[in-house]
Amino acid sequence: MALLALEKVSKTFPGVRALHEVSLHVEAGEIHALLGENGAGKSTLMKILCGIHQPDSGEILIDGTPQHFTSYRRACAAGVGIVFQEFSLIPGLSVVDNIFLGREPRNALGLIRHGEMLKQANALFERLDIDIDPQIRVHHLSVADQQFVEIAKALSLDARVLVLDEPTAPLTPTEVERLFAIMRQLRAQGVAMVFISHHMEEIFEICDRVTVLRDGEYVATLNVADTDAGALVERMVGRRVDNIFPERQPAPDKSDLVLEAHIRMAGRRHTDHIRLGRGEILGFAGLVGSGRSEMALAMIGAHPVAERRMTLEGHKVTLKSPADALKRGIGLLPENRKQQGLILPFTCADNISINHLSRFHTAAGLISRRREREAAEALMDRVRVKAPGSDTVVGTLSGGNQQKVVIARWLERGCRVLIFDEPTRGIDVGAKSEIYALMKTLTAQGISIVMISSELPEITGLCDRVLVFNHGHVVAELAGDDIQAGTIMTHATRQISLDNPTGAAEPAAHLERAS
Amino acid sequence: MTTPSSTSAINPKPRRQRRSRASRLLHSPVFFPLVGFIAVFIVMALVNDNFLLPNNLTNVARQGAIIGIIAVGMSFAIFTGGIDLSVGPVMALSGTLMAGLMAAGWPPTVAVIVGLLLGMTFGAFNGACVAFARMPPIIVTLATMGIARGLGLIYTGGYPISGLPAGFAFFGRGEVMGIQVPILIMLLVYLVAYIVLHHTSFGRYVYAIGGNEEATRLTGIRVPRYKLLVYTISGLTAAIAGLVITSRLMSGQPNAGTGFELDAIAAVVLGGAAIAGGRGAILGTLVGAMLLAILNNGLNLMGVSPYLQDVVKGGIILLAIYIGRGRSA
Ligand SMILES: Nc1ncnc2c1ncn2[C@@H]1O[C@H](COP(=O)(O)OP(=O)(O)OP(=O)(O)O)[C@@H](O)[C@H]1O
Ligand SMILES: [Mg+2]
Repeated sequence: MALLALEKVSKTFPGVRALHEVSLHVEAGEIHALLGENGAGKSTLMKILCGIHQPDSGEILIDGTPQHFTSYRRACAAGVGIVFQEFSLIPGLSVVDNIFLGREPRNALGLIRHGEMLKQANALFERLDIDIDPQIRVHHLSVADQQFVEIAKALSLDARVLVLDEPTAPLTPTEVERLFAIMRQLRAQGVAMVFISHHMEEIFEICDRVTVLRDGEYVATLNVADTDAGALVERMVGRRVDNIFPERQPAPDKSDLVLEAHIRMAGRRHTDHIRLGRGEILGFAGLVGSGRSEMALAMIGAHPVAERRMTLEGHKVTLKSPADALKRGIGLLPENRKQQGLILPFTCADNISINHLSRFHTAAGLISRRREREAAEALMDRVRVKAPGSDTVVGTLSGGNQQKVVIARWLERGCRVLIFDEPTRGIDVGAKSEIYALMKTLTAQGISIVMISSELPEITGLCDRVLVFNHGHVVAELAGDDIQAGTIMTHATRQISLDNPTGAAEPAAHLERAS
Repeated sequence: MTTPSSTSAINPKPRRQRRSRASRLLHSPVFFPLVGFIAVFIVMALVNDNFLLPNNLTNVARQGAIIGIIAVGMSFAIFTGGIDLSVGPVMALSGTLMAGLMAAGWPPTVAVIVGLLLGMTFGAFNGACVAFARMPPIIVTLATMGIARGLGLIYTGGYPISGLPAGFAFFGRGEVMGIQVPILIMLLVYLVAYIVLHHTSFGRYVYAIGGNEEATRLTGIRVPRYKLLVYTISGLTAAIAGLVITSRLMSGQPNAGTGFELDAIAAVVLGGAAIAGGRGAILGTLVGAMLLAILNNGLNLMGVSPYLQDVVKGGIILLAIYIGRGRSA
């Protein structure tokens, strides 16, 4: 008998049938992948399992006993843990406070037993082989470490069922391996796990079985060993997706420089030099925390710097704010869609048009709602946002569809330079290839793109040139056939001395050799 | 602009259904405040025989106009996720300045313009502190609330300024086509605010800043500039209220408007706005302000003691917000 069984679960939100009679069975000691396009209903199914949403019909069984989770707490008490798709930690609190939030051990006076909490947290980290100081505040942690804290939190109740909703999205390959090591250990301990990811190779590496959903309906459950990525994608999308990367075009003319930036971050000694050619896709590769996103923010004037000299189309420009950058035609798609990208109470249309409203002005300077809506809907079709309508509040969309909304904002903005920070985070395989194609269309129009990505295939498959970041600096420039995953990783992980300025000067020498 | 997607043949376009008229009304942020207003209205009409008299109703609207006008600026501030506590004293200060100038023989038009400019300047100062010096609005306006009140008292020496030209009574006591001028001014202010908030880019930015300031900034909107504008507007509407109240009383009262900031906040929140910003409707604020006005009037007619009135009003505000919480989408 399966440890966890979801039987014919259905759920409808206003205007959306999210799930229709979906079943899922997970054994003890099994890692079960849940696969489906953006908006297929994966997160919704897991939220029902965790008592956050109530199903319209259907049953949850644990050890064959029907459960009625009317709240998240109830589900936790019954041994269900979840790592949410969106982070749920409180940044200002310490790691241990986060883990025990809402159920702190107390003494006879009702005061929190800090020592006890710390002891339990340390034991937990030891068991999971996580090396994080439990007393540090969460906002000091890297994204990856935050993810591990989430996992520790989910497991702190001795969860027998653990749900991981896109846990690898913000992680680099090394960190993914660390996560997998923990998952294997939990599997050996008999935990039943549901694993959601848009990365096929991860599913083949770690999962035992896979259940595919499409448009809220159950499609199939397969043994991972008996299938392959192509077959899975076909079941998930309903058609074959052969080549997800667009065909390689000859690299654009190098001499046609659009943007040149000399940027020295606050507190750093070395100035980084970035050149961007017309119609080029320039990749920023490196580990999480290697300074790529900071550089992106600095390039639009949103991050304090010690020095910033920029030339756009041969003219010197001074950028004091993202608005200055936008005026000059430089736009940024930020890394964190919830905090930096979306205006959550806004509708899809309002989110998309926010940075080019003047396009819909009538002669009187008022916004033409009709024109605005039509333009937004055209863009939503282009990136295939799955939503009941353009007037749907963006916060109710699935994670991947939210990401598509933020991308859509930039497609018709008329920028010369677009900086895309992790543009395909949380986006399904089919939609990914369309976004790549869109990027190629943009470059064909002469727009230059900087793409930050932690997914090496994306970097190697798409970029004309790559800058590798390491400890806050550009340490290598690769072009053409030199853009190889192995080479990138070598540079990204190479030891560089931070205190030694010659160590920082060394990359410059390297730059010349590579280009 | 519509590049046909190569896959649309295989993957049918997602449905684009628009909400029905009834569902839109139900989800409109104004719906719930309106229900509350009607409920209180009916109760008051049942309890007091005089409540429904046309004379009384115009009275209610006129009395509500002052808070109603102030609440417009407050709405702008709250929609951006901010707040403006200085509105009451700014109202009094602008009003006394207008009175003082007229008493000194300035022509009313000039005096009014200078008074309105003073309100805007005060608001702009609030805005500059919030937007450029990045100080929290609640602290900034708490401080300027004291400053404005103090300046008003210094300017007048603590005494009301009277002896205003008779023509000036028009703004507070006049009538145009049978409608009281304060009500007309209020409706005009709401009309302009409605157009600005719902049909201009600036209005959209107001909500965007309240919804997610960081995202709004990163997408290339000049957030500080618009915040400055928001607090300037709040100063202006406070000064307009100052004009109306000074004209109504025909004297500049340095102590007018004590506690008005709280009534204005209550009006905005009763109107369905999220105090954290990003959500709310200006017409909701109008309904909220009128709801407060009929409450005041009804309780007065019932002869409820002023002390008890405060208790009842506070209780009803809590109740209304409890029922309406999370309702506005
Ligand atoms: N609270 C909600 N209100 C309304 N609709 C919702 C809500 N939550 C989810 N939905 C809708 O339900 C559908 C399924 O969403 P869900 O988040 O489960 O997708 P998903 O498979 O997790 O996608 P992704 O891969 O993008 O994370 C989507 O169409 C979404 O818009
Ligand atoms: Mg999801």
